[in-house]
Amino acid sequence: MSHEYIPEIATDRDGNEYEVQGWQDDFYGGKLGFWLFMFTEVLMFGAMFMALAYYNTLHPEDFIIASASLNRLLGGTNTVILLVSALTMGLGLLKMRVGDVKGAKLMIWATILLAVAFLIIKGFEWSAEYHHGIFLMHDKLLADSPLPYGQKLFFGMYFTMTGLHGFHIIIGIGLMIWLLKRINAGKVTPEHYILHWNIALYWDIVHLIWVFVFPYYYMIGAGGATGGH
Amino acid sequence: MSKSYFDETHCAIGHPKSTFMQWMLTIDHKRIGLMYAAVMFTFFFVAVATAFVMRLELFAPGAQFIDGDTFNQAFTLHGVIMIFLFIIPGVPAVLGNIVMPLMIGAKDVSFPRLNWFTFWLYIAGAIIALASLFTDAGFADTGWTFYAPYSLTTDTNVILTLVAAFVLGMASILTGLNFLVTIHRLRAPGMTFFKMPLFVWGIYATAWIQLLATPVVGITLILAIMEKYFGIGIFDPSKGGDPVLFEHLFWIYSHPAVYLMILPAFGIMSEIIPTFSRREIFGYRTIALSSASIAGIGYLVWGHHLYTSGMADIAKTIFSFLTFFVAIPTGIKFYDWIATMYKGKIVLSTPMLWALGTIITFTIGGLTGVTIAMIGVDIHLQDTYYTVAHFHYAMLGGVVFLFFAGLHYWFPLITGKMYDEKQAKIAFYLQFVGFNLLWFPMFIAGYYGMPRRYFDYLPEFQIYHQVSFVGAVIFITGLTYMFIVFFKGWTKGKPAGTNPWNATTLEWHMPSSPPPLENHSKVPYVDFNPYEYHHGEPVVKFDYETMKRID
Repeated sequence: MSHEYIPEIATDRDGNEYEVQGWQDDFYGGKLGFWLFMFTEVLMFGAMFMALAYYNTLHPEDFIIASASLNRLLGGTNTVILLVSALTMGLGLLKMRVGDVKGAKLMIWATILLAVAFLIIKGFEWSAEYHHGIFLMHDKLLADSPLPYGQKLFFGMYFTMTGLHGFHIIIGIGLMIWLLKRINAGKVTPEHYILHWNIALYWDIVHLIWVFVFPYYYMIGAGGATGGH
Repeated sequence: MSKSYFDETHCAIGHPKSTFMQWMLTIDHKRIGLMYAAVMFTFFFVAVATAFVMRLELFAPGAQFIDGDTFNQAFTLHGVIMIFLFIIPGVPAVLGNIVMPLMIGAKDVSFPRLNWFTFWLYIAGAIIALASLFTDAGFADTGWTFYAPYSLTTDTNVILTLVAAFVLGMASILTGLNFLVTIHRLRAPGMTFFKMPLFVWGIYATAWIQLLATPVVGITLILAIMEKYFGIGIFDPSKGGDPVLFEHLFWIYSHPAVYLMILPAFGIMSEIIPTFSRREIFGYRTIALSSASIAGIGYLVWGHHLYTSGMADIAKTIFSFLTFFVAIPTGIKFYDWIATMYKGKIVLSTPMLWALGTIITFTIGGLTGVTIAMIGVDIHLQDTYYTVAHFHYAMLGGVVFLFFAGLHYWFPLITGKMYDEKQAKIAFYLQFVGFNLLWFPMFIAGYYGMPRRYFDYLPEFQIYHQVSFVGAVIFITGLTYMFIVFFKGWTKGKPAGTNPWNATTLEWHMPSSPPPLENHSKVPYVDFNPYEYHHGEPVVKFDYETMKRID
């Protein structure tokens, strides 16, 4: 920090002194604010899961058939990648807190690479689906195609939710690159690491959302179209 | 005290020399509040003008000077501006920003730069919303609720309005988040939650609604955009989607949103009533906790917008019951305010007049709300002028009246000047009479079956529309006059001094009027309740230089 913030002192009538919390240097406040913001993310995805669950109860069979057609190998790989990336992100934060700035930067780079790998695999998945004629505003998802309602809804929500999740990954990569810049500029240090903390929290939410997206889209049809019977 | 970066510039970026850029980049909560006020009231007058155009059109049956499609766009424009640009951000963004940090003895909000960013996000949203006025497709004609499936099939430019509503929602979330952290972290030492002024309680409850409900409408608007432009099917019956789902998701936010509008306004009332009764507020805790319970119960009542949209009878019954339930904490507040006035030394200054007027208008607005919460009655009155009148009695006669009350109350704090009391009272009476004349006939017209959002009507309704028109003229005259009084007060008014109303809360204990940068000269220690009066005089007195108690 370029300046030293000195908190004010308030005095009561008996002469006791109390340190005043200013908006500057408020680590707990910064954490609280970001937790609240992450809460809004949970609500946004929560509303979509609610809509998804509603349509699932209307079309249980179609949802399982549609889910069975997704590529569990690629989806599973992506799940592992995101879980590992959450680990590297967390390790980076730990390293920052004990003063190992270089190690922290390495871990952030590892997280970025894993995030990019996730997006590439996602791209392969989407293009394969596109070639099968399943894509927004294409072929089987048009109103006059014979695909049953339940499957159309499943894929519509699938592209929306994985798309929005992918968008969050892209934002996360941007945030991590910005974080590296701030570390290099000496603005994020083992003493002032609130930005690192909050971006790590963001990344946790992003991977946590995937932890719910993956079973709901990929796994409900894992037993095949018959549900494993 | 050491000079900080904040002391030197008070700007988000750099150290601009020109006053203009200092305002544009300011992170001072008082300046940001003033900028919100300037932009918001500009939009308010645009929306009032749109409403007046509709009133003119409705003066007689049949088309007068605009056609039905333009009328649809007019009421959408009126709704979108009033709801998203004026009344949702309204009290928190203007008075919350200016007054709330002063009330808790803070130097600023918790995230001043975020506050600055939020203001510009709001401006961006406003520009996006209005941009569609100038595109070929024209402004949306769906009403401010964007109901599917019509919003998905209309050719007007719905997407810009949806994006704007999303961006404005983001701004609202960030304001709420900022205020929540501020109230949790930056209260002066000694100020516990139950020593906070009640306006801060109102802002606090509101901030939770902003944070918890707005994301749901945000994602709903995104899903509607995805539906309209990528055909995901979620609200489209031709792909198995359910348009009623849109209504549910929309009202899960938008019903709590009306409590989001009214709660800070109730907070203003809770400041004004004890100050002008010179008496400690009756039932402090019940008022504080009723704000919280209105915010909580308000989440669970959205279904009363969908009685006629297709819903299970049991769900309707539950929603109806819960809707009655929300009237209870509201009633508690009103009884508390009236009990505060009992045996008080009531001073009928302009803010108090507005507050008393609101007790009448909001009671009408609130009780008519209870009637349409009944399932059977609602089937009759759904989508009629009765609902329109109820809504405007609650929103204009509640939120906006109290907003005006707050503007009168804190005007000397914000500007350091005093407006002309006599003229301000004339403005109040004009608006109060005009308001009732404008909206009360609509209850009757609605009861007899005048549907809302129609640009034509049967001749038997003409008398109601014409009385309304007269009311509208009186109301707008009073409104304009009020702003003229404000303007004259600001430019030519007498200096008001730091505490013209003999009020007790911290924002009136300033070293200068208007308050200096970084607020109180020193942060006080708070070991008193917010409204302590003894024989009609404030108990707590401060030395404004050292902020030590001298009583």
